[in-house]
Amino acid sequence: MCLAVPGKIVRWIDRDPTFARAEVEFGGVRRVCHMACVPDAPEGDYVLVHAGVAITRIDATEAQRVLDDLATLDGVVDLDEELQA
Amino acid sequence: MKYVDEYRDPVLAKKVLGEIRELATRPWVLMEVCGGQTHGLLRSGIVQELEGVVELIHGPGCPVCVTPVEAIDFAQDLALRPEVILTSFGDMLRVPGSRESLLAVRARGGNVRTVYSPLDAVELARQNPSRQVVFFAVGFETTAPATALAILQADQLQLQNFSLLVSHVRVQPAMESILQAADCRVQAFLAAGHVCSVSGFNSYGQLTARYRVPIVVTGFEPVDLLLGIKECVEQLESGIVSVRNQYPRNVRDAGNADALRIMSEVYEVADRAWRGLGVIASGGLALRSKWHRFDAERRFQPTRNPLPVVSSECLSGDVLAGRIKPTGCPSFGTRCTPESPLGAPMVSSEGACAAYFRHRRHEVPLIASTVVTEAGGA
Repeated sequence: MCLAVPGKIVRWIDRDPTFARAEVEFGGVRRVCHMACVPDAPEGDYVLVHAGVAITRIDATEAQRVLDDLATLDGVVDLDEELQA
Repeated sequence: MKYVDEYRDPVLAKKVLGEIRELATRPWVLMEVCGGQTHGLLRSGIVQELEGVVELIHGPGCPVCVTPVEAIDFAQDLALRPEVILTSFGDMLRVPGSRESLLAVRARGGNVRTVYSPLDAVELARQNPSRQVVFFAVGFETTAPATALAILQADQLQLQNFSLLVSHVRVQPAMESILQAADCRVQAFLAAGHVCSVSGFNSYGQLTARYRVPIVVTGFEPVDLLLGIKECVEQLESGIVSVRNQYPRNVRDAGNADALRIMSEVYEVADRAWRGLGVIASGGLALRSKWHRFDAERRFQPTRNPLPVVSSECLSGDVLAGRIKPTGCPSFGTRCTPESPLGAPMVSSEGACAAYFRHRRHEVPLIASTVVTEAGGA
């Protein structure tokens, strides 16, 4: 029900506050989405789309930080294993 | 797909899984609120992998499951009116009312259409000026901005033939009602990520303070879910309880201000009946009086009283409140299946019973071999 899919803003179509729309690409498939909840999102950025409406901008920095944190943990574990060996 | 595939990485998932196993000194009981997360947890094998380490009990986060029978019956009545086109999400069509589902009503001539977006229903109304288009608006805070936007568009287009049958519910009051139950076993919550994308998570601080439960906002992919579980276990083991956000790419503390503004322009908080759980104070949204002309319940009058609803064989109320697992119901998988359901959680693609039926009865893949085709859920 709260299914939401990340997509990349390809092209803004309408900037009207109520009828704001943009073309958004989802893994190669393009679809027109409503953008009233993300009026400041620039082309090239990613948004999360639910029921045809972009409900939030995706924070690329935070997305990468979570993965980097996990990679760091990997390093620590490997080091521990090496020390034990 | 970017922002999905990275968080399905089986190597990372197994790593976090190992950390959770190391952290947990005794079995903890967590509830994931959202039905999409229930399916994600079962589909990826996390529930099974953590057996004996962390018990996941499944919350009421399936909006179509908690939509009251009266609302479904009313939608069916509307669909049978010659002037009406009744629209809703596909999920809503198979859920039984007191007599039948919207799908059955459509089979016998009712005008029921599935739309991807409530805004498609606005467009349908614009194209069909001689028909009354009603959108059956169900869903949590994730969905409410979309239906609110439908009202704002219909207003600006001066549509006289569009209305909403509103059955929106709010997550936090339901979490609180679960915590207040005398037999509550929940020790920590995984909060619904996409609800929080809209509404943020600042207000969850009241719950952690009052009930001493960790609340961790999390997403829907295996790595997201596991990081959420790990954070809950860390808090439970340390005894330091707080609200944490493990889904920062999609969730900000205060949510999305633009979405909240649109929602609050159209809706106000109201008490609402939840199927299986009863009336929850402040548990839903209702149209503000300014928009009553778009309210299907005011435009059309209900024509019948509902019959007694849920089969006594169906324990969906206990499942929705997390009191029993779907497999704890004697009817599960025997007299109650997705093809022949006794209750809503077996029907909906996000219901906990359907999740167990789909993912539990077969050999469940380990995270390493999981191929998932969807992203997200309630």
